[in-house]
Amino acid sequence: MRILIIEDDREASDYLVKAFREQGHVADHADDGLSGYAAAREGDYDVLIVDRMLPKMDGLSLISSLREQKVATPVLILSALGQVDDRVKGLRAGGDDYLPKPYAFSELLARAEALARRRVGPRGEETHYRVGDLELDRLSHEVRVGGQEIMLQPREFRLLEYLMKNAGQVVTRTMLLENVWDYHFDPQTNVIDVHISRLRSKIDKGRETPLLHTIRGAGYMIRDSAR
Amino acid sequence: MTALGKLFRTTAFKLSVAFLVLFSVGAGLVLASVGARVKEVLDEQIEQTVDAEIRALSEQYTQGGIRQLTDAVERRVRAPGGSLYLLTTQAGDVIVGNIDPPRFVPIEKDELVETIYQRRGEPEIAPHPALLRLFLIPGGFRLLIGHDIEDHQVLRDILRNALGVSLFWLVLVGVFGGLFVSYRMIERVDIMSASARRIMAGDMNERLAVSGSGDELDRLAENFNAMLARIAELMAGLREVSDNIAHDLKTPLTRMRNRAESALRPGDHPEKQKDALVAIIDEADDLIAVFNALLMIARAEAGYSTDNLVVCDAGAVVGDMAEMYEPVAEEQGITLALESETGLMVTGNRELLGQAVVNLIDNALKYGRSEKDPRIVVSARRAGDRIEIAVADHGPGVSAADRQRLTGRFVRLENSRSQPGSGLGLSMAAAIARLHQGSLRIEDNNPGLRVTLSLPAASKNSQSLKPYEE
Repeated sequence: MRILIIEDDREASDYLVKAFREQGHVADHADDGLSGYAAAREGDYDVLIVDRMLPKMDGLSLISSLREQKVATPVLILSALGQVDDRVKGLRAGGDDYLPKPYAFSELLARAEALARRRVGPRGEETHYRVGDLELDRLSHEVRVGGQEIMLQPREFRLLEYLMKNAGQVVTRTMLLENVWDYHFDPQTNVIDVHISRLRSKIDKGRETPLLHTIRGAGYMIRDSAR
Repeated sequence: MTALGKLFRTTAFKLSVAFLVLFSVGAGLVLASVGARVKEVLDEQIEQTVDAEIRALSEQYTQGGIRQLTDAVERRVRAPGGSLYLLTTQAGDVIVGNIDPPRFVPIEKDELVETIYQRRGEPEIAPHPALLRLFLIPGGFRLLIGHDIEDHQVLRDILRNALGVSLFWLVLVGVFGGLFVSYRMIERVDIMSASARRIMAGDMNERLAVSGSGDELDRLAENFNAMLARIAELMAGLREVSDNIAHDLKTPLTRMRNRAESALRPGDHPEKQKDALVAIIDEADDLIAVFNALLMIARAEAGYSTDNLVVCDAGAVVGDMAEMYEPVAEEQGITLALESETGLMVTGNRELLGQAVVNLIDNALKYGRSEKDPRIVVSARRAGDRIEIAVADHGPGVSAADRQRLTGRFVRLENSRSQPGSGLGLSMAAAIARLHQGSLRIEDNNPGLRVTLSLPAASKNSQSLKPYEE
């Protein structure tokens, strides 16, 4: 994935470029709003990571201008302002995701990958997901393990649906909270973990190698490790 | 500024001077009009007397001609008094009279004229003022009849004197009165200023003096004192908060630093070093959460941008949160019961409401444990024009005194110290309630604790807007 980081704090952007490259991605960076805008219009990027406060042109104006120019590259906004209304402002300006500072790199990586995937493979349009012997039908709301239908609560179904949509990729707890529950605050407890362990008890029961993995310090991933 | 200059510059003194001028003009006007009226009355009296004399003398003339008239005039001249007579021939020769023919003002018309006269036989230097009237007698005789008005002049002088004296006293009393009032005023204002300076210098216990007379300065001082009391209260609150922040943030920062130091210790096992780093990140995350909570509370208390509030369903938010926490409760052997209706519309922010409800449930799970009745009831219902969201546990509860201070920042009760937590949950919930023009009630649940978030219901005719997240 090709990433453009528009961030004026040199130390932060150096760290991000290095970290993304270590993960096998191509990462460029711009120091201010104007050069970032030019690079975003010309380069073919999968994701833009934009700081909200930038010299020469602030982050939100940059995003609005890009959208006016029909540049549809997904944008992830980084902001030191973590309040609810700031988030809303960012999304209204045309951002696709919002991450308050300070953040964990694993969180940023997971979110950037999710945004890039949305662009490359429109997997969200699929109606049938399959990971190993686990199948989920989005239309009939049926879930089968080895051909055997199992019963899930509505929320468990949405949780599994989101995990399978992003199969093979890490999803973080806050991503789950935002996409499955549609809330954007941190509940400060192991709420998500408990829901995951409930789901796990239903889909990974008696399985030698589980499908649903906990990625330490990052989140969860559903993956057919047998293959 | 000299002390005297200060005195002259006061509002009280300027007002005194203004009133002094006004009163002086008023006194002048009153005395002038009294003088004018008195003169009018006296002149009228003289006119009537003169008219009567003329009638009587002209009767004498009709009865006995010039001879009888002369006799009559002569009789009157001899009688003492202020009446003046002069009978002359057409040529101006004096027949009889008690004055010389007036020289300065010739009297030709048949009306009273003010002039000066000279009594016959008196030295020339003593002219007197008089009112005289000319009466022409058939046969060419001229009769001047009039009255001395020396006493009018005296009266006028008395009035003028009175004006002078009253003005003198007015100015004297006015100036000294004004100075006295100004002095009193300056004295009180100086005392207040001194108090204000002491307060500015940091003595927040200083108060403005109240004389007890209930005047405008007292009222002002009372209001300022009330304001000072409020400021002192806020400052005390701020000091407490900053003390708490210092304590509650420095402790984890110290822990973090210690961990980082121990991770750097040479010869340690790499796995142990990694564990220390993970612990540092966890500690940092906790700190960030505390910062976010503090910022949120501060912003909610500073008024926040209430234009981001839309009509949303509080019942649905409560339902979501109860559902989110139900497995967590179950894992701890606690039943989380939901008693909620839907369609409980409030003007609010569902994220913030969700956060408040989560804080209440979290507290109930942490501190409301009960072996006998492990049950937490989360409810949302309509109560009149309010929506009440309540989380009730059956745990040990909280004493009435402690319930009072639970919503303070960083307040952690003694028996809760063993549990993780920042002591910000309830103060955040209270701030969110205030932001929604609501309130947070903490009550005894007999047994246990019940915390109720009471919010004003959205009016029926307000439009049901879609939450902006969608």
